[in-house]
Amino acid sequence: MSLIKSGDWLVMFSGLFAVIWLFATLWQGGTGDKVIIRSGGTVVAEASLLHDQVYNIKGPLGISLVAIHDHRARVASDPSPRQYCVKQGWLSRPGEAAICLPNQVSVEIAGNKKLYDSLNY
Amino acid sequence: MTLSIIELKADHTDHHIARMAAFAVGLSVAEAAFPSPLPGVKPGLANIVTLLVLRRYGLRIAIWVSLLRVVASSLLLGGFLAPSFVLSLGGATASLLMLALTRSLPPIFGPVSFSILAAFAHIGGQLGVVYIWLIPHIGLFYLVPIFAAAALLFGMVNGLITARLIAGQSPNIVLPSLQTAQH
Repeated sequence: MSLIKSGDWLVMFSGLFAVIWLFATLWQGGTGDKVIIRSGGTVVAEASLLHDQVYNIKGPLGISLVAIHDHRARVASDPSPRQYCVKQGWLSRPGEAAICLPNQVSVEIAGNKKLYDSLNY
Repeated sequence: MTLSIIELKADHTDHHIARMAAFAVGLSVAEAAFPSPLPGVKPGLANIVTLLVLRRYGLRIAIWVSLLRVVASSLLLGGFLAPSFVLSLGGATASLLMLALTRSLPPIFGPVSFSILAAFAHIGGQLGVVYIWLIPHIGLFYLVPIFAAAALLFGMVNGLITARLIAGQSPNIVLPSLQTAQH
């Protein structure tokens, strides 16, 4: 008697397809389609990720450059001393954000559904 | 003055159920020593015992063994009535329900099928309890694919072990017969 019967193959492959389907539907999270730029807490620009462009955002320290390119966004340059938001690099998924605290500029990616950048329970 | 005494008579069947549950408890405790990448992802070797018992003695005995295993191993591991116990119970209940539902499948389905289906039901039951009771948060669904993949993998492995044990059973071994009727 073989260990795996014919029906077992059916169950195994259905299981495999179910797992792949779960990964495909639950892990995509939707790609970001919009970028929200804030200065001092107020929204100064909402832009689609579809069009490549560069925004000059004025903050207390100077000008922050926010670049949108190839469905991604980043802070291209910023006068903040430690450059954290620049080092954040390209942002593409909903919920991702780069925050330049000293210059009070933040860049956040928004998708069709709001995801979370942290969870508490 | 004698207080009323309740005497429980454990018969042959009870002893055998306890023995099989002890095997399952041993496996549960042993696998608790293995580190796990994610709480809840573990092989579930005790389910092999449940599957074997289900095949040899039927659903009623399998339910006894499975639930005794949940209670006894949580006592040993120190999680009795803690969330981990409730999760374990939820998982065991769901997989027993699945086994009960799939009992009448045609014989082309072997232990591997039952093991995989029970593993999926187990993780479904656990995540259901987690979602309703502990973390009613949509972020939980992010973990579902990982748990499902683990269920498929370990369900397959446990099913193969069970099938091997059934196939390799010596014809000389006389299984104790259990009367499953009145109690």
